[in-house]
Amino acid sequence: MVQSDLVTDLYVFILAAFIGFEVIRRVSPLLHTPLMSLTNALDAIAVVGAIILAGEGKSTLATILGTIAIVAATSNIVGGFLITDRMLKMFKTSRPTKS
Amino acid sequence: MNSLAGSDLLLQIIYLLAAVLFILSLKLMSSPKTARHGVWAGEVGMLLAIVGTLLHHGIVDYRGISMGLVLGSIIGVPLGLVHMTAVPQRTALSHAFGALCVTLVGTSEFYLRAPNVPPFMMAVLSAEVILGSLTFTGSLMAAGKLEEVLPQRPITYKGQNFVNLSVLAIAVAGAAVLVTHPGHMRLFPAILGISLLFGVLMIIPIGGADMPTVMSLLNSYAGLSAAAMGFVLDSKLLIIAGALDGASGFILSVNMSKAMNRSFSNVLFGAFGQEQVAKGAAGQEAKPVKSATPEEAAAILGAASKVVIVPGYGMAVAQAQHKVRELYDALTKRGVDVKFGIHPVAGRMPGHMNVLLAEADIPYDKLLDMEDINPEFPQTDVALVIGANDVTNPAARNDPSSPIYGMPILDVDKARTVMVIKRGMSPGFAGIDNPLYYLDKTLMLFGDAKSFVGDIVRELGGGHS
Repeated sequence: MVQSDLVTDLYVFILAAFIGFEVIRRVSPLLHTPLMSLTNALDAIAVVGAIILAGEGKSTLATILGTIAIVAATSNIVGGFLITDRMLKMFKTSRPTKS
Repeated sequence: MNSLAGSDLLLQIIYLLAAVLFILSLKLMSSPKTARHGVWAGEVGMLLAIVGTLLHHGIVDYRGISMGLVLGSIIGVPLGLVHMTAVPQRTALSHAFGALCVTLVGTSEFYLRAPNVPPFMMAVLSAEVILGSLTFTGSLMAAGKLEEVLPQRPITYKGQNFVNLSVLAIAVAGAAVLVTHPGHMRLFPAILGISLLFGVLMIIPIGGADMPTVMSLLNSYAGLSAAAMGFVLDSKLLIIAGALDGASGFILSVNMSKAMNRSFSNVLFGAFGQEQVAKGAAGQEAKPVKSATPEEAAAILGAASKVVIVPGYGMAVAQAQHKVRELYDALTKRGVDVKFGIHPVAGRMPGHMNVLLAEADIPYDKLLDMEDINPEFPQTDVALVIGANDVTNPAARNDPSSPIYGMPILDVDKARTVMVIKRGMSPGFAGIDNPLYYLDKTLMLFGDAKSFVGDIVRELGGGHS
């Protein structure tokens, strides 16, 4: 990696962390469990790195470990989004129709 | 500035779009009304990024990839369909999977690049692998404790903190040597092994009440390890996703440590458990408590105009949330104002009680945080505590000698009448006696939460109409 790329990456990290703090501070404690499962699913974007690793065929080790990594990350993507949506579906307010 | 090939540029734009969608996804989580749109935004972003990557020209072999995607989906679906009571262990398991992915990729990258790894690259690669592997074993241990396949009791011994920190220090020192001398490739598996071991050691002293903090912390570690992986692969999308996840886990950890009155540094390195001195048991005679039957409890609740229910982990264990909902219905039908007061660390992960009560169809505008519900207790006729203990202990407010002194609590003792559903008089997890139970206004309702609440509901139904 070139030095300038590295500095850019550091900028990206710091700015994203700030955005993260500001955005997540506003999430109500009501939704902290779905928040955790959602961030967990988003985190599984690491699958992108695993896909390249498993697909480039640079070494047998990389292909095998990359494939296992894809399995782990994909299960988080599928399971994470699924359960987050199931949880959020349950949150209903009493105002419109509920007795 | 070197020019990107057309397809590369397109891929980068797709990644940028995905990053924007991820941030939007978390922003939409701020309100329960928009939160589901947040999930959709995240899904679209994820799909875009994966499809874009699959079309990446560097990929020559799709066999492993398709196998991994299919197998991962097969495992993911049942993990997304677990029962709501199993959400804490499922979440712990998903932290473990995320960390496993990061660790495996980091390991492969090391062996693809070594021994010619520049110092900074080696440093982030080490951070990725150390954080990833300790999060992997730590989360597996946490999931095991939550699922009760491992003993839930915290196991502590003398010098535990010293041992744990030394183990971590050895891993970090090994990484430091690798950074300066990347040729010592045999150090790498050692660092990996020691970090895996540290993850196990870190969770051994953890008991149930510490779980919300630990879950948040593991969440944060998982995010940071993914961000480190982003540095290694020069993937800005991954850096952003990891930073968001890390920030989220960090905020939750700070919230949880505040709610337990622990200093953040105490929490940061997993120094849990040890501080709890089981001093409550000594020197306490059988003080008199008042107890009540379901009939009496129902009569008092039915005559109240404002009731606040305080649920704790005991409600989850007894699976009493649906009976609680019936109680809510019965009281609301009589015109009683019923609200729920929820302590940040009630349950086994942040927000645990809210999910269980929402599952039981209790409207979320009736679920109030500690800050919002505390001013209401003085005007409350009955505070009904179901399976919560330490978070209602007034000693935290007024007894400087109590081990939980300073911890913010739900002020249930300010209500006119307090009812506590509890199996028996045994002290809570922390082994601390609760003076709440000996107050004149407190009625102890001894029994299983589910059946006791059921009995109250039956009385309320039969008494009227």
